[in-house]
Amino acid sequence: MPSPPIQGPRASGGASATAPILETRGLSKDFRGFTAVDDVNLQVQEGHIHALIGPNGAGKTTVFNLLTRFLPATRGEILYRGKSITRMKSHEIARLGLVRSFQISAVFSQMTVLENVRVALQRPQGTSFHFWKPERSLDSLNEQALHLLEQVGLRDDAHRVTASLPYGRKRALELATTLALEPTVMLLDEPTQGMGAEDVDRVVELIRVAARGRTVLMVEHNLSVVSRLCDRISVLARGRVLAEGDYASVSANPEVREAYLGSEAPESTADEHKEVS
Amino acid sequence: MAVLQQDHQAARAGSAPRRITPLGVLYLVLFLLGLLAPWVAYPVFLMKILCFALFASAFNLLLGFVGLLSFGHAAFLATGAYITGFLLAEYPGLSPALGIVAGTLGAVVLGTLFGALAIRRQGIYFAMITLALAQMMFFFFIQAPFTHGEDGLHGVPRGELFGVFDLANNHTLYYFVFAIFVAAFALIRRVVHSPFGQVLKAIRENEPRAISLGYHTDAYKLVAFVLSAGLAGLAGATKTLVFQLASLGDASWHMSGEVILMTLLGGVGTLLGPLVGSGLVIGLQHQLAQSALGDWVSVILGAIFVVCVLSFRSGIIGECQRWIARRQQREDK
Ligand SMILES: Nc1ncnc2c1ncn2[C@@H]1O[C@H](COP(=O)(O)OP(=O)(O)OP(=O)(O)O)[C@@H](O)[C@H]1O
Ligand SMILES: [Mg+2]
Repeated sequence: MPSPPIQGPRASGGASATAPILETRGLSKDFRGFTAVDDVNLQVQEGHIHALIGPNGAGKTTVFNLLTRFLPATRGEILYRGKSITRMKSHEIARLGLVRSFQISAVFSQMTVLENVRVALQRPQGTSFHFWKPERSLDSLNEQALHLLEQVGLRDDAHRVTASLPYGRKRALELATTLALEPTVMLLDEPTQGMGAEDVDRVVELIRVAARGRTVLMVEHNLSVVSRLCDRISVLARGRVLAEGDYASVSANPEVREAYLGSEAPESTADEHKEVS
Repeated sequence: MAVLQQDHQAARAGSAPRRITPLGVLYLVLFLLGLLAPWVAYPVFLMKILCFALFASAFNLLLGFVGLLSFGHAAFLATGAYITGFLLAEYPGLSPALGIVAGTLGAVVLGTLFGALAIRRQGIYFAMITLALAQMMFFFFIQAPFTHGEDGLHGVPRGELFGVFDLANNHTLYYFVFAIFVAAFALIRRVVHSPFGQVLKAIRENEPRAISLGYHTDAYKLVAFVLSAGLAGLAGATKTLVFQLASLGDASWHMSGEVILMTLLGGVGTLLGPLVGSGLVIGLQHQLAQSALGDWVSVILGAIFVVCVLSFRSGIIGECQRWIARRQQREDK
């Protein structure tokens, strides 16, 4: 795959005067008295790659679960393009174009690589309840599926059983499946987790390409990835938003360094960031 | 043996043109065997196997291809059996085909009701709710006047099919039952290999992911549940015709357990597994009942089951498939 030249974060921060595409107001989630997400106000601008970072157990995955209604919020509102989606069902939210990935790779392991992508493509065809139609009726989607697989470098593996792929490739497949839905907002939960350096670079490029014309909200622990990709960063700690801004301002924030970065010297990643920009 | 693996590959080949596959040959051989069998073996025994193979296939559609463990499938078998038995006994001269259709539809209605109540539950809760609902039906069947309670419906007339074929003849009935079985098996195979079947597999593999792709998974699971219930009802209705009997045994939780045993033994999630499993269980029951060990049938079956579950978890057909896959891998190298 030819990799486009690496650029710094896209300089679109100035245009934040427009209404956010995704917004939360006072979003909270209690688990039996324990508040995992506490009064979170997020604003994700259209076209941004927005990072949600924070230490383990900060509530990042829970925020994703709330945004996609995999869990009901205890308090607060979620707005998509200014309209409340707080009480919509998960599959309805997905159909609006808000598609999430999962922290642990979520693929259909006993299906082939091609079938994984095709099952995402087939829903708009409107035949997904047709139990009397042969599988061949889905073949018209194969070309499109192969094209998507090509983008993530999986075309040659199209007919393999997904379970036999290495972990990094499964995550790439997951991304291809998500892209098959042409989402407007992609919610990616630690897309590079558990990957070797090579795969990480590959996924970073993939996300960069995939994010063109879309909005991305991603949870990411790898700060070098965050610094390379993201326009805006929200730091979550103990369920609350601790800081918000671009990478430079967030990584300079002493509270953030104490709560999140700790011993992990932010200078090194900041240097790297300077290097690439 | 490579034909079993072919099932996987045929499903995967996607754009491959239709041609004669080893699996197709296997199905043809089985079909021909099915046609010849009643001239070699006792037809009623064979029909019993076919009815249970259909019942187990219906159950397997749910457990093997959606990942839902129903512990109450006896309710659908019994509903089909009682409705068909009642109609044929009360209205002599009614076409047996109509009786079977009515029994199947009854199971579809019950399946819709039970499904609506149970489908949102996950895992063990789903199994518990289906069990509870089936037990409720069991007590209903004891009380309801039309089932004749503990006695059951005896001497249900088999009638004449389309006014031409006298089903009192075991061989004639056999071919009717065989036709029903083949049609139902073809339907199940189609469901599994359909656009709908693809979504079911996705749900089985990873339901949250299927939801995040925009699928309203509860609706898909419900349709699968109703299909499975209807096919189980069809098995019960057919069984009534074969034995001229509908009784409480069909509705008891033993029956729900037995179908689980047959499916797991043969290979859950494989199309041929339930056939093999039911053939094995019915065959063993038959053999043991005639031997001196008669009273120990359940114990021996239970022991076999334990050994099987411990030593080969994917069932007979499942193990065959794995063995073939391993061999193919070695050949590829
Ligand atoms: N379903 C649940 N029931 C009870 N507690 C939960 C549930 N889900 C999450 N929690 C708790 O909420 C807190 C936040 O969890 P969450 O998974 O959102 O953290 P995270 O920021 O994603 O962490 P990580 O970086 O480890 O993925 C944790 O303390 C967790 O134990
Ligand atoms: Mg998490």
